[in-house]
Amino acid sequence: MNIALTHLQRLEAESIHIFREVAATFAKPVMLYSVGKDSSVLMHLAVKAFYPAKPPFPFLHVDTTWKFREMITFRDQMAQKLGFDLLVHVNEDGVRDNINPFDHGSNTHTHVMKTVALRQALDKYGFDAAFGGARRDEEKSRAKERIFSFRNAQHAWDPKNQRPEMWKIFNTRIASGESIRVFPLSNWTELDIWQYILQEDIPIVPLYFAKQRPVVERDGMLILKDDDRMELRPGETVENRLVRFRTLGCYPLTGAIESDADTLEAIVGEMLTARTSERQGRLIDRDEAGSMEKKKREGYF
Amino acid sequence: MRHIMAESLARTDGIRDYMAAQEKKSLLRFLTCGSVDDGKSTLIGRLLSDTKQIFEDQLAALERDSRKHGTTGDDIDFALLVDGLEAEREQGITIDVAYRFFATPTRKFIVADTPGHEQYTRNMATGASTADLAIVLIDARQGVLRQTRRHSIIASLLGIRHIVLAVNKFDLVGFDKATFEQIIEDYRQFSRALGFQTIVPIPMSARYGDNVTSRSANTQWYSGPTLIEHLETVSVDEAAIELPFRFPVQYVNRPNLDFRGFAGTIASGSVAPGDEIVVAKSGKSSHVRRIVAHGGDLQQAVAGQAITLVLDDEVEVSRGNMLVSPAARPQVADQFAANIVWFDEHALLPGRSYILRTETDQTSATVTELKYRVNVNDFAHEAAKSLEMNEVGICNISTRSPIAFDNFADNRTTGAFILIDRITNATVGAGMILHSLRRAENIHWQSLDVGKHGRADMKNQRPAVFWFTGLSGSGKSTIANLFEKKLFATGRHTYILDGDNVRHGLNRDLGFTDADRVENIRRVAEVARLMADAGLIVIVSFISPFSAERRMARELMADGEFVEVFVDTPFEECARRDPKGLYARALNGEIKNFTGVDSPYEAPENPEIHLKTLGKSAEEMVEALELWLNERDIAEDQYDSGGGI
Repeated sequence: MNIALTHLQRLEAESIHIFREVAATFAKPVMLYSVGKDSSVLMHLAVKAFYPAKPPFPFLHVDTTWKFREMITFRDQMAQKLGFDLLVHVNEDGVRDNINPFDHGSNTHTHVMKTVALRQALDKYGFDAAFGGARRDEEKSRAKERIFSFRNAQHAWDPKNQRPEMWKIFNTRIASGESIRVFPLSNWTELDIWQYILQEDIPIVPLYFAKQRPVVERDGMLILKDDDRMELRPGETVENRLVRFRTLGCYPLTGAIESDADTLEAIVGEMLTARTSERQGRLIDRDEAGSMEKKKREGYF
Repeated sequence: MRHIMAESLARTDGIRDYMAAQEKKSLLRFLTCGSVDDGKSTLIGRLLSDTKQIFEDQLAALERDSRKHGTTGDDIDFALLVDGLEAEREQGITIDVAYRFFATPTRKFIVADTPGHEQYTRNMATGASTADLAIVLIDARQGVLRQTRRHSIIASLLGIRHIVLAVNKFDLVGFDKATFEQIIEDYRQFSRALGFQTIVPIPMSARYGDNVTSRSANTQWYSGPTLIEHLETVSVDEAAIELPFRFPVQYVNRPNLDFRGFAGTIASGSVAPGDEIVVAKSGKSSHVRRIVAHGGDLQQAVAGQAITLVLDDEVEVSRGNMLVSPAARPQVADQFAANIVWFDEHALLPGRSYILRTETDQTSATVTELKYRVNVNDFAHEAAKSLEMNEVGICNISTRSPIAFDNFADNRTTGAFILIDRITNATVGAGMILHSLRRAENIHWQSLDVGKHGRADMKNQRPAVFWFTGLSGSGKSTIANLFEKKLFATGRHTYILDGDNVRHGLNRDLGFTDADRVENIRRVAEVARLMADAGLIVIVSFISPFSAERRMARELMADGEFVEVFVDTPFEECARRDPKGLYARALNGEIKNFTGVDSPYEAPENPEIHLKTLGKSAEEMVEALELWLNERDIAEDQYDSGGGI
């Protein structure tokens, strides 16, 4: 008998194992749902891990109020279709102070509306474990992170002092107030994600597919004018171009790419010939060297 | 690779074909290890670059970073691709393991780039625990170093059987064949006992790419494979599927009364509906009814798959147990010998209680005997009383409840465990089980007809262990003696275990090192437990400075039986009283390891009774103790009668 598992079967099994480990050992887990393709895969895996039961934890979306409108529509559709418990958290202090990416820059906006908002939500509900969709191939500080990543009571990551992580034996013990961030997709690559979406026919936000969209060229990026809050600078014009997104975040901070890939197959084909990394479209990573690590130390996912 | 692919992918069928081909690729997980500055990160950077895994924006960032932090002059410093933490880039060293992913037309790879510094050995072990092959780098100018040996030993202990000996920086020794052969000879000599199946030496220069992905013109005398050729073709199949069925139960899935599924990942072997299985710990047997999966039941499942099993019978199974093949069962024991790699800056101490975790099981464990420490230079077995950070040793381990396991040599998944500190929750060690200890299988608890409650009832009391902790001279013995007199006068049956007295008899063989202090407390706690079992009210009067040992004592006793009494007298007051003249001598340096002077006292955080002695008499302290005891007995009487009706 020789039945070798395929590469995707192995990745899937590893992720399912991680989901179950958390459900078995933590009192109050939550899944961070960011609506992007990785979250879609994560959600699909969570459903598989606990079938025929539903995932025994809620899904939390930290809404910066600057997400693409199509993301919010998709989020609500998915919650209804799968019948999962969706929590949405907005940092009301930030809304009151009108924190936004245009006036305050990506750094402040991301810190207040994402990092601080996330910490607020985790504290509010008292979650002791939070799943995230981060992958090690995304960015070099993520390549360093454990699958079960310890956070102190202030939600901070100490990259120089991570717990050893041996085999599949995870140390899930924490003291009161501390928590663990859990990354079931740690060992997946961007290509694996797309192949899995194709294989399993997983729904994703339509923004990933190429379409004529109204975009503005700004700071070398193509920004989708998703609503009237985006004001044009002198010399800027809105143009309809055939674009799609490789990664999704806050619309003013996420660059579109010119592409005619309007099917999953075409997206995978495009990816295989890509010359730039997916996070290239993310403004927040470019602010300064080591910026992802810094954000993570402060509690960002 | 990316560019070649573009044309063939122009059509949609191209994509489907390509993906089908991707699916058939095998995966190799390997790590790079070796001493500091042998070029581990540079090699991975070179592999990623030569296999076209680096995107243009990443390359641009790398060029920027190389100018800022680089150590290679005007050239690109590939190490900066993997040294992703700020501290690493600033210091030019690798602190933690980085995982990188790449693929060639025939195989996929996950590579763990691990740190060379001895201080970060635990991170190297983390990377090695999931790898099947290790690339051991050696600086051609330095040869085999201490860290080369340490990493090779750890790789071997963690079950890695395939080694690539990457003799790096070969350009700096003029590509000299004799140097290469000498290093191979040295390594083979040293590693003979490590049980590696393959050792493939390759002369290379990671910085310039010689023999990494392309054959070097500088080493005409070398006829072996390039690194990538070897990685693409080496066979590391462990054939876990051929081993007996092992299914550690991870999670019981019970959405409603009609469904009870056991979820977990198959550690070895395979399973199909109808198969007979046995519950490892109880020996009860049943048959597999279904293998439940989203999208339809499975007809078979194999090692590595995460599945949910439904059984024919309502057998008692919970997380931590194992479903196994009836023909070849694992061992179930509470005592075994194991290799331990120690990670924590606080040394492993025999007698101290840790949490032991296997993939799904968890229990308390103590090291009953540290048999020896392994010297990483010459494999000498050295006697040791403790295991310091990054040391490797062989220990006997005793667990509070039996666990199901295989020997690590037979099964890498079911033969491994980690140790966790009870207070900090840090992962302090990793263990690989060698074999069970025979006595564990033969000694069974005697089931006695006369029980603890009967013995206590006859004395008309409830057993308790009053554990007095506090500095030397804090007044423990004075208060304990008076307390016993009072109890005796009211007809209670008591016994005092006093630090000094026990040290003259039972513990006369122990000194005052940390290890001996732990053992001292362990023995006293065990004696106190037996006495409580006999129905006595035990008063233990011991400095007992470490909270870990007090907690261990607490966990030995039944719920509510352990009463921690903190005799809280400030250090200055104890030193002033100095009834035995010990403080004067300790402060003069005549006594070593004296608690409060040059050995720490960890004050209890939540003692049942906190006695602040300053300005109070011993009588007042004893009144507080009596009050507490009476209140407890009244409360328990009420509880008992309430529960009995």
